[in-house]
Amino acid sequence: MGRATVFFALLVGAALSACCGNGSDGAPGTIDGEITVFAASSLSEAFKEVGAAFEKANPGTEVTFSFAASSALAVQINEGAPADVFASADTAQMKNVVDQGNAEGSAVFTTNTPVVVVPKDGKAVATFADIAKPGIKLVLAGKDVPIGRYAREVLAKASGTGGVSPDFSDRVLANLKSEEANVRAVLAKIQLGEADAGVVYRTDIVAAAGDVRVIEIPAPYNVLAEYSIAVVPGSPNNATAAAFTAFVRSADGQAILEKYGFAAP
Amino acid sequence: MRTDRTALVTLLVLSAAFAAFFVLPFAGLAKRAIEDGKTWELARSGTAQAALWLSVWTSTVTLGPDDRFGTPVAYLLSRARFPGKAIVDAAIDLPIVLPPTVAGVALLTAFGRRGLVGEPIEAWTGQTFAFTTMAVIMAQVLVAAPFYVRAARSGFDSVDRRAEAVAYTLGASKTRTFFRIVLPQVRPAIMAGTVLCWARAMGELGATLIFAGNLEGTTQTMPLAIISAFEGSSLGLAGAIALSVMLLGVALGVLVVFRLVSNQETWQA
Repeated sequence: MGRATVFFALLVGAALSACCGNGSDGAPGTIDGEITVFAASSLSEAFKEVGAAFEKANPGTEVTFSFAASSALAVQINEGAPADVFASADTAQMKNVVDQGNAEGSAVFTTNTPVVVVPKDGKAVATFADIAKPGIKLVLAGKDVPIGRYAREVLAKASGTGGVSPDFSDRVLANLKSEEANVRAVLAKIQLGEADAGVVYRTDIVAAAGDVRVIEIPAPYNVLAEYSIAVVPGSPNNATAAAFTAFVRSADGQAILEKYGFAAP
Repeated sequence: MRTDRTALVTLLVLSAAFAAFFVLPFAGLAKRAIEDGKTWELARSGTAQAALWLSVWTSTVTLGPDDRFGTPVAYLLSRARFPGKAIVDAAIDLPIVLPPTVAGVALLTAFGRRGLVGEPIEAWTGQTFAFTTMAVIMAQVLVAAPFYVRAARSGFDSVDRRAEAVAYTLGASKTRTFFRIVLPQVRPAIMAGTVLCWARAMGELGATLIFAGNLEGTTQTMPLAIISAFEGSSLGLAGAIALSVMLLGVALGVLVVFRLVSNQETWQA
């Protein structure tokens, strides 16, 4: 047997063991083993703590997270990504996944509020109406990213009757310089001072400690961001996935979310 | 004999495995693009057309600075001896090994509104780079340059020095020798480097996303439009696939045309 054959055999062996690894998923019905939670970017800090608390309360479990825009996560789950739980920053992206049969039992578990953020030393924008001033560099998340959609809803409301002005939305969107992939990318552009204003969630400010200032969106124009969570059916670890969603909605889970500025539904 | 045959079989099996791995993703893409009835319609959408046009022209513009400034650098690296040359050599290759996102962050720290030169430039001229097509080109110039410089350098390395020496003995000036003797020999390498550079610029994503932002018509090149579509923009996954196929087609077309042209030149030479 030539050396090359041995090498080839080793290669195949390595490929097989790499591709078909099967982590320690607990037996059906018991709460242990690994789960993967696909969660909205804005949940990054809060969910890491929720995950740690869940692992502590349920020894033998391990929660790993994939944080991204809910719209991106929805596409990935619908394409068969190995998620056990989906936590979306809106109900629209959750519906996309539920409609395709890739999530079930969805429920709103927390809420958040959009705010305008500006660089700490930024002078260009002082009030909500200022974001329509010509020359302002504005960044928003993409139209289908939940925070991007909420921001556009806010602009539409501010252009309606009793709003700032009928052309408010048009004037603001004329200042749009970039459509970012997720809420944290918007925040980064403000932290860096590249853009003059952006729209993120109130809870995101934690991640930009001190680099940004918040300008409130007047209540009549603002919207409530409703986050929903669901189990992905066919998850090999359904019991643990269900236990995690229950934990998020329990008093313990809600207390952690509130600590990070989220509000009860 | 037996060992020979084993070696041959192994070679073939390994090559086949590699080829399958290489071809399958493109086959998957093509299958989805064909099955999805909207591919043609999506490829003709405004977003796709704007992104393709922006990608093609910015990648072409990128060749200007990379060729103009890269050629002297390649020549120096090939001919000159100076202390720390190894470090300069390695530094030029940096954009190849670093993730493009690092290049994007680095560009921000230099040319961003709070960057080393970005801040004084804004103070003097009011000009900022982020969110402009200029930033797209700057990102592409940075990440694509090493591909050009490397190719051109290896071209200079393989120049026949005797012909150069003969030119000098015949009384030709340095400049004349460079343009009449050296450059023609380096041309194929420069052409190859130019194509690599262009292709790398066409595929640039990370640095652009961070440094230039993402807005249709201004900074949204094909790779950015594809990732936006994949991440749930109105084009959706079908759009991401349609745009990917478009980009593949254009890139493949350019590479094939280049091969044909350069083969023809080799025959004529």
